[in-house]
Amino acid sequence: MTLDSILASLFPDGHDVRIDKGVILGSAMLRSGTTALVIGVADRTAIGVDEAIRLSGYVLQSLDRESGPILVLVDSDSQRMSKRDELLGLNEFLSHLAKVLICADMNGRPTVGLLYGHSAAGALLATGLATRVLVGLPGADPAVMDLPSMAKVTKLSIETLQEKAKSTPVFAPGLSNLARMGAVHLIWNGAAPLADQLEALLADMPEVLDRRDALGKERGGRLKAADIAERVRDLALQAR
Amino acid sequence: MTAPLRQMAPAERIRTTSFNEASARTRLELLLDPGSFVEFIGPEKREISPHLKIFDLPEQFDDGIVVGHGRLDGSPVFIAAQEGRFMGGAFGEVHGAKLTGLLRAARQIRSIPVLILFDTGGVRLQEANAGELAIAEIMRAVMEARTAGVKVIGLIGGRSGCYGGGGLIAGCCSALAVSEPGRIAVSGPEVIETNRGVEEFDSRDRALVWRTMGGKHRRLLGAADVFADDTMLAFRDAALDLIGLVGAFGLDKLRAEQGRLADRLRRFGACEDAVDIWRADGIVHAETVPELSADQFIALANRIGRTSRDAR
Repeated sequence: MTLDSILASLFPDGHDVRIDKGVILGSAMLRSGTTALVIGVADRTAIGVDEAIRLSGYVLQSLDRESGPILVLVDSDSQRMSKRDELLGLNEFLSHLAKVLICADMNGRPTVGLLYGHSAAGALLATGLATRVLVGLPGADPAVMDLPSMAKVTKLSIETLQEKAKSTPVFAPGLSNLARMGAVHLIWNGAAPLADQLEALLADMPEVLDRRDALGKERGGRLKAADIAERVRDLALQAR
Repeated sequence: MTAPLRQMAPAERIRTTSFNEASARTRLELLLDPGSFVEFIGPEKREISPHLKIFDLPEQFDDGIVVGHGRLDGSPVFIAAQEGRFMGGAFGEVHGAKLTGLLRAARQIRSIPVLILFDTGGVRLQEANAGELAIAEIMRAVMEARTAGVKVIGLIGGRSGCYGGGGLIAGCCSALAVSEPGRIAVSGPEVIETNRGVEEFDSRDRALVWRTMGGKHRRLLGAADVFADDTMLAFRDAALDLIGLVGAFGLDKLRAEQGRLADRLRRFGACEDAVDIWRADGIVHAETVPELSADQFIALANRIGRTSRDAR
């Protein structure tokens, strides 16, 4: 789906969402009458220091003035890989964006990520994976690491990796693999109006509690994470 | 001849042992009060990665991270140390879940600080999806803990540096201490070179790597509040200092961070090299910064005085 058709389907009552150099900024009226803040990254744009600071600034400004949910639309590259970005401390800029989204969510501004194209690595951590609920649209193709690069690092052929990927979702790219991990909470139906699906989600938002590890266990993608975290937590609570 | 390590008095060992060269377990032993460390899910539990065997890779019984509880100068701390010599300290499912669990406990207790001894190349590629998500969960857990009043201090000086998602977790901490060999970045030198070419970044130019991503540059930028000499004693002192200095977290800190980073971009956004940034910062003989001894550099960094603990 194109961003225009997604926006039209999400916000039939209109919106003022604009895309400038790959950065999505704006707001939209929801059918419930509340206004949603809309941010994100379009056109498979890499997220560098310049993109991240605009997005975080836009959200922070909204925290002072508005209420309502925050939607994060994502069709990005990975983080921008450049000398300049690293020189200026890209890790701080990406963390800052993630922190702003996480803290907005904890302060009464529920966050929903909508993965509609590509995303990877640090860009995904700073956007979709920093929201309370991450939704995938059919056709989205997130990849922590693409198979050719993995083949290089692991010194295995792409064919071997593809074969291994069939038996485990733990390393291979793709929306369904991230869903089995618990990273993507749900996948929407692209043929039905997105406004209905957004309305249903916002009416029944899960509480502000990170249950992605439990979700990964339920779905069989991450069998150990939830139990290990819980055991360490219990031991730590006893140790003081 | 120096005495064998084990025969040295503890006070001598902590002063002479390099953080950079020590193992995760030696770092914990020397950083904490003697005998105070209690590990959670230690190697005897054999909680290995369930994914490495898919790639016929050796597992480690602690999955490359040691987490537990101990005392620092008499006060309780939760602590995690990554082992950079196992899979480059990379985050996998089990490795990451241990740190998540520790942070969740700290959030409930509120009063006990968390020390994270980073030593990581980022996501473990053989379990990339689980590792990436583990990092997202840790970032969320750090912010929830900080919101509950927990101080989360990062110590960075290991051989694997603090790269990829590790750099993003470091950015979530209340404050950081870094030594000269402690590099902090998202994309590593080889990754930039592979993707953008050797003209963009020559990963074999070690001086370029150090001055772009190394501890001195991060300290001058204010990304790290303390520059530590590469000894266990310096890192112990830094941890104690930062626990004392860090204040309460709130949205005001993020507003201040927005200003801090926007200001950095305005002032230094057109600089092509770290030396240009240092020069623009008014440092005379900026090109000699990499050669300064720890003491000389700390004096310089204190004179520049840029910190971030109230704006992160």
